[in-house]
Amino acid sequence: MNDAMLIAGLRAGDATAFEDLLQQYGARLLRLARRLLNSEEDAQDALQDAMVAVFKSIGSFESNSMLSTWLHRIVVNASLMKLRTKRRREEIDIEEVLPRFQEDGHQVEPSQPWTESAESMLERDELRALVRASIEQLPETYRVVLQLRDIEEMTTEETAQVLGITPNAVKIRLHRARQALRALLDGHMRP
Amino acid sequence: MVCKEVIAFLDEYVEESLAPARRAQFDRHLAVCASCVAYLASYRETIRMSRAAIEDLPPEVITAILSTIARNTPRP
Repeated sequence: MNDAMLIAGLRAGDATAFEDLLQQYGARLLRLARRLLNSEEDAQDALQDAMVAVFKSIGSFESNSMLSTWLHRIVVNASLMKLRTKRRREEIDIEEVLPRFQEDGHQVEPSQPWTESAESMLERDELRALVRASIEQLPETYRVVLQLRDIEEMTTEETAQVLGITPNAVKIRLHRARQALRALLDGHMRP
Repeated sequence: MVCKEVIAFLDEYVEESLAPARRAQFDRHLAVCASCVAYLASYRETIRMSRAAIEDLPPEVITAILSTIARNTPRP
């Protein structure tokens, strides 16, 4: 079933359209919710809430929008709502970890080469856990952008549409998120 | 060009979206600045590590969860 048929079916209350929607998009949306929430159970709840929201708002879906982007937006919103009901996470102050510069524009602390790489990390569970834990420490506004752009591999424009912000805001947040994550990992990746 | 400018626009350098003349300025700085070379390499590695660190749900778990959602989601 193509997107136009799915949308028409959902609007008509056709049960098979919902089954097809889950079949086509469910796995990707569930993975997204799981990554945002870091919990299987919460991801299930968030996706279910998102599906209820799909039924409620399919009437206002604008047919010039991409169904996939619209669904991602609903799932991200449901996941963030869920996240905010949970215990407050320990988040870093991003300004504290961004690079600092001398008056002449040189780095205050020169960067050192890393000895660890993404390849070496694949064989070391503790390093992968460290990277995941470090991503979790990023403030939500930055973390979500990093997850959509660098992990889900959405484009800047798709990410902007999903989050309802400008492409420029996506670029700025992504660059700062990467710099902050790099700073959190730095001490663990050098000799 | 100094380190501060290079790092401020490093995302555009990595995504190869800088104009050729601007990119050449970056390359000239990188040719003489070991600190920025190390920063660039670790910035790229950070992106790759973000992707590589993700643990995906096993397919059978995904199938089970989607079946539960299909059963339990109230229809309009």
